Amino acid sequence: MAHSPRIKFILGGVLILAAVIYLIVSSTQASAQYFLTIEELNAKGESIIGKNVRVSGAVLGDTIQYDPQSLTLQFSVAHVTADNREIEAQGGLAEVLYQATIDPNRPRLQVIYHGPKPDLLRNEAQAIMTGKMGADGIFYADELLLKCPTRYEEAVPVQAEG
Amino acid sequence: MLADFGFGILLIAFLTALYSIGAALYGHFSRRQKWVESARLAMLLTFPLLTLASLTLIYLLVIGDFNIRFVYEVTSRDMPTYLKITALWGGQSGSLLFWSWLMSLFATAVTLRKWERDREFLPWVILVSSITIAFFLSLNIFFENPFQRFWQTFQGVEPATFRPANAIPFTAEEGRGLNPLLRHPGMVIHPPMLYLGFVAYVIPYAFAIAALITGRADDRWIRLTRRWSLTAWLFLSLGLVLGGRWAYDVLGWGGYWAWDPVEIAAFMPWLTGTAFLHSVMIQEKRGMLKRWNMILIILTYSLVVFGTFLTRSGVLSSVHAFAQSEIGPAFFIFIGITLVTSVALLIYRWDSLQAEGQMHSMFSREALFLLNNLLFMGILVICFWGVISPLISELITGQKVTVGPPYYERAAGPLFALLVLLMGIAPLSAWGHITLKNLAAQNSLELEKRYALAIARLLWKPAIPALLVLIGLLIAGITNIYALIGLTFAALTASITIYEFWRAARARERAQGENLLTALWRLAGRNRRRYGGYTIHLGVILMAIGIIGIEMFQSETQKSLAVGENIQLAGYTVRYDSLAQFPTNDGRWVTRAVVSVFDKNGQFLTELYPRYDVYADGQPMTIPGVRSTLADDLYVLLINWEGVTAQVAPFKVYHNPLVNWLWLGAFVFIFGTLIAAWPEEEREPLPTQARKTKAIYQPGD
Repeated sequence: MAHSPRIKFILGGVLILAAVIYLIVSSTQASAQYFLTIEELNAKGESIIGKNVRVSGAVLGDTIQYDPQSLTLQFSVAHVTADNREIEAQGGLAEVLYQATIDPNRPRLQVIYHGPKPDLLRNEAQAIMTGKMGADGIFYADELLLKCPTRYEEAVPVQAEG
Repeated sequence: MLADFGFGILLIAFLTALYSIGAALYGHFSRRQKWVESARLAMLLTFPLLTLASLTLIYLLVIGDFNIRFVYEVTSRDMPTYLKITALWGGQSGSLLFWSWLMSLFATAVTLRKWERDREFLPWVILVSSITIAFFLSLNIFFENPFQRFWQTFQGVEPATFRPANAIPFTAEEGRGLNPLLRHPGMVIHPPMLYLGFVAYVIPYAFAIAALITGRADDRWIRLTRRWSLTAWLFLSLGLVLGGRWAYDVLGWGGYWAWDPVEIAAFMPWLTGTAFLHSVMIQEKRGMLKRWNMILIILTYSLVVFGTFLTRSGVLSSVHAFAQSEIGPAFFIFIGITLVTSVALLIYRWDSLQAEGQMHSMFSREALFLLNNLLFMGILVICFWGVISPLISELITGQKVTVGPPYYERAAGPLFALLVLLMGIAPLSAWGHITLKNLAAQNSLELEKRYALAIARLLWKPAIPALLVLIGLLIAGITNIYALIGLTFAALTASITIYEFWRAARARERAQGENLLTALWRLAGRNRRRYGGYTIHLGVILMAIGIIGIEMFQSETQKSLAVGENIQLAGYTVRYDSLAQFPTNDGRWVTRAVVSVFDKNGQFLTELYPRYDVYADGQPMTIPGVRSTLADDLYVLLINWEGVTAQVAPFKVYHNPLVNWLWLGAFVFIFGTLIAAWPEEEREPLPTQARKTKAIYQPGD
């Protein structure tokens, strides 16, 4: 009997550990979201339809349509790279977003979102969307976050430029 | 020039901290007390120095010297003075300075205590504190100088600490101003609370390291820092709750906690800190879990630095993160070095930290405390995995995969529920050694039965109200199984805790002839730690009720309303009455709706004023109109006025049941922590009378 206390505590510990690991693995699988760029999303084709995806792109101001009655928002976004170093190399996020909106050859993605039109949705904003790709090639966003980098990243006063 | 002065002071403070490290080491190894004393005084000096540096920066913020980059970034002329002062922690470099300042305050407070009996700890406490201060100051000096100025060169304007060749100072006309979302009283105190919690944990860690280095294996370091741990824990808890309240009031998404990586970053040291608070009691009472306590405090320290790193480095995108910065690698190196050194020390002392007792039963109090610790660690692992999984998956598969709030709720939810249950059961259990003598000959199964029965005997009475609550919930038609489990556990634990108060007060009433209230008061006064702890538990239960309410029963709806139209939710009717738009004198453009709220009988309840403010720089802010009762909150948002005709406005309405119990619980929680931390008359046993360990030490050695 001398060893039995030890064994039961080890068993208990292993059980708890197994439970935690199970919770982590199953919850990760159930709620995993893929971070994709628009290029990657298009390349995946049909295999990505119905999966949780998080995608970001530059908002094209002309494409924004909003119906306040049904709270339906439609717009298109243009591909931007997700690589921070590349963004820095190209002159910062604001510049990258601007380039994306004026380049007609960039891959684009049409988005539909139900809900109020966010305050920051405007041309050259970075939209970070969570949702699923529909079979019709339209991205149905459940969640929409927007970043307008210009305001926060200008390290140098604007007056200086003039 | 004030900026140069400020930077100079920072540099001197940095050198002072370095000197303090060197002097402490030299003093110890050369056995010259004078040098240790000199190190102590040097550490004391960092506080006035950093006070001076911080005041210099605050002065620059208040006068609005836009030649200073930091002042330009976080203030503007239209901001009220108090916000200009608190803008100190509204940006990257200033908040790092603020961190160091608080750290030096605590380091000073700890060096001012009487050290007679613990002089051997002194050089090492100084060492750890000074290294921490020096590290944070080095970030300010080498990467993020808050006193950096703007210079006009031929290429344009650039920020630099020292004057570039052929440059003249450049002063901007107007600052960019603090992010309007941060211009809120909650935001004014939320960061300092978190920082206070963060830095206060450095002190118990410093003592733990001192204990490891000196090889003192007793629980002296724990006793010395008990109040520090509680203080740190209180501030950290306050910081978390205030952050939640701010989000609820200002961010306008109907919630208080989003499992944002930065929230988790502050939550992780809280988890290890809470586990630590519990497990040190086992070491004090039974001389067990010594290694575990070391692991916990080392982890807490690393997580504190990691938390600061996550919040301040911009490595993760989040509402909290400031711009990208170069301090990331420095943080990683620092965390790596301190963690490896601490763990190496722990391994070196591993054998001397042997437990003095053994756990016998799974239902003994020490085993249940250990279980509590394991659950906290489980939640920690879940959180940690959630934060780093995007980085890991990107490293392995090149594919960034992230997990959202559902992951945390699913994985951590069951563990939280178990914790609530354990919170009720553990206080009923007996310490393992009390009954051990009688049971020495029994076999293991028999032993477990005895312990379990002892708990069950105390459990059945308080279990009755919990059962009634469950029946009541079922009658009320609640079918959500998780809510039923959660609320029943909460009811059981609340009932046990109140019963424990009542039982003890009743015994005192009989024995001392006091009336029940006096007995309760004296009881809490005599054993502040236990009854403070129970009060905290009651607070946690109230918070749990609030969390279950809003997480499981929240409902929402949204609709565009013409004036006079209604929107219905959870038995309430919200009618859109009118709208006004007006400017304020701090440059905001306010759009304010008036809505009437009616209950299900059509009875008028109140008017609410959901608002939509746009700041001069275009940053909008959505402020809800909230009708708050103990039963529920009706949370009405006016959303995005832009592009909608004057007669029609879109509204979003949330129904948040029970959410006020969360805030109410927070008050009880704070009250309980104050009871537990309130200084008692010095009753600490002399070293000879204390529960002695085999370790031999000479006080004053």
